Amino acid sequence: MRIFLYILQKEFIQIFRNKAMLPIIFVLPLFQLLVLAFAATFEVKRIDMAVVDNDRSTSSTQLINRIGNNPIFHVNYIVNSQDEAEKLMRGNKIDLALCIPRDFDKKLNTKTNPDVQILVDAIVGNAAQLGSGYLSSIIMDFNKEILIQKADGQNGNAINVVSRYVYNTELNYKIYMAPGILVILITVVGMMLGGMNLVREKELGTIEQINVTPIQKWQLIGGKLIPFLFIGLFELAFGLTLAHIVFGMPMRGSLVTLFGATSVYLILVLSIGLFISTISETQQQVTFGGFFFIMIFVMMSGLFTPVESMPMWAQYMDRVNPLYYFVKIMRGIILKGASLNDISKEFYTMLIFGAAVFSLAVARYRKRN
Amino acid sequence: MIRIQDITKSYGKTQALKGVSLDVKKGELFGLIGPDGAGKTTLMRILMSLLLPDSGQATMNSYDVVKEYKKIRMQTGYMPGRFSLYQDLTVEENLEFFATVFGTSISENYDLIKDIYVQIEPFKKRRAGKLSGGMKQKLALSCAMIHKPEILILDDPTTGVDAVSRKEFWEMLMRLKAQGITILVSTPYMDEATLCDRIALIEKGNIFGVNTPQQLMENFPEDLWSVKTASSLYQTAKKLQNLPRLISVNSFGQCLHVVLLKGKVTKADIITFLEQQGETNIEIEQIQANIEDVFILTTEKKTNPVSL
Repeated sequence: MRIFLYILQKEFIQIFRNKAMLPIIFVLPLFQLLVLAFAATFEVKRIDMAVVDNDRSTSSTQLINRIGNNPIFHVNYIVNSQDEAEKLMRGNKIDLALCIPRDFDKKLNTKTNPDVQILVDAIVGNAAQLGSGYLSSIIMDFNKEILIQKADGQNGNAINVVSRYVYNTELNYKIYMAPGILVILITVVGMMLGGMNLVREKELGTIEQINVTPIQKWQLIGGKLIPFLFIGLFELAFGLTLAHIVFGMPMRGSLVTLFGATSVYLILVLSIGLFISTISETQQQVTFGGFFFIMIFVMMSGLFTPVESMPMWAQYMDRVNPLYYFVKIMRGIILKGASLNDISKEFYTMLIFGAAVFSLAVARYRKRN
Repeated sequence: MIRIQDITKSYGKTQALKGVSLDVKKGELFGLIGPDGAGKTTLMRILMSLLLPDSGQATMNSYDVVKEYKKIRMQTGYMPGRFSLYQDLTVEENLEFFATVFGTSISENYDLIKDIYVQIEPFKKRRAGKLSGGMKQKLALSCAMIHKPEILILDDPTTGVDAVSRKEFWEMLMRLKAQGITILVSTPYMDEATLCDRIALIEKGNIFGVNTPQQLMENFPEDLWSVKTASSLYQTAKKLQNLPRLISVNSFGQCLHVVLLKGKVTKADIITFLEQQGETNIEIEQIQANIEDVFILTTEKKTNPVSL
């Protein structure tokens, strides 16, 4: 045990003498949180659009005004043909185009449903989808009001659905994303730093001298793991504070549970990184190996797209994705105030994985070839 | 103390060791002499249990290097060919680290390393990466000695070290030997061979002559002449290729070392030959072979037999 503590001391000395370490610890979270939370948002702030008004009637003008009054939609062009609208879209001038047919006003007045067409630039993906959704609902509202007016209140008993968003009442995406970005941050620190550190000893040759000492394998691997566990927890504290100050992110659960779960998660990802480094010879190999896993883990974690909408086989694959569990835990504890009991399944799964991968890394480490 | 029997090791298709056997006695300063790539490092790594041999056996202090490697590591000090201490730790921190992982302390074994360590102690707060080559070697030797090993394995310790530091390093080895430590040291420098009690010549994974340096030199089986002329060494060497009964001719500093079949060619024969070839200012004398002559003759003969 005395030897292990001494190994830890040596690792800490080396980490803090490394000039690149301080920027990694402080700049990385600052940048990721402050930039990514704003950039990785699903909020649609602005949609540029054109209207092909073939009707030029009172009703079509009313509809256009109605749309223009919405802060998101910017009706920049009123054009005469669909071709023109498509040209604008090709030139990236607009995201959406609305086509109002020639008989729009007439049909509305005769109570036959007029068809309007929405052209969506699907390359913009998310924004376009949400945009066309918003636009549809504006048109529906407009339609409903006209109907009510014409029917003199007879149809006024249409059901109005009102949604209340629990846990994030204002649908503030930054609050929703911040815990997710903390997850990425902790993952990068965990997966890369420990592994890089071990393989660096291989590159420099210092491992040769270590291998002829009676140091045991668990001491060596553990000595590489624990310092970065602390750094990871520090990153979490730093990131939480930052997110609280900048975005007003709440902390609804217990900090003890959060840090406990994060420790387990860090042991798991650090072990993955260390395992990669036991089978690598250079820092380059570790970087690419780690990057491969981080990309897949993050994309499949449910951070950006809901896991439930992935195909079944992908959902089964996700059972071995540490981020899948940790994203749930982080959002659960921070935003919903989940207790250990609520997240016990995820917590214990990570614990078992962590123990397994750590043993694997220790077993795979070779003091001789 | 060290017993190596028929060790072989291959890296893919390259055979690094082709059945090597060797015995090093207790308290001996034993040199493995051979060029880079001869198999010295491979052999030492096998002894240090960092590599597993393909076949053959080796024991250190009668412990098997494969089965009882943990015991060996406690009793052996190892200095790899490449500087392998932590460059970002100070001199003192490095030494303390290796003392601790071996379960001892600097003060406990201080007298053992005192001779060496005092020379670098003034710089003990300096990071190891900032030391000169010679001081790095002294620190590495101190770290290899700190757990009081009975055997020291030193892989090319003087490569890349200046002449003065090399000399000092060998003086330190002599003192360690005087304390009864068995030392196996490898070097590509033939001049260092004479400082060893016994040496083994190693080339292309084979070991040739094992003996004291003096015996090896005295047992040189052929006649050796040192030749110098007015024209360039290269020109002269080219002409000498046609000398009857020649075994080899190699340049050695300012002169040529010409090896001829023993007792077949006289000084007058060589002079006549060279004069016929138009050489002038011929200086020639029969000399005693040095280790390099022995090395060239033995290895060339064994690996690439000279037709007589």
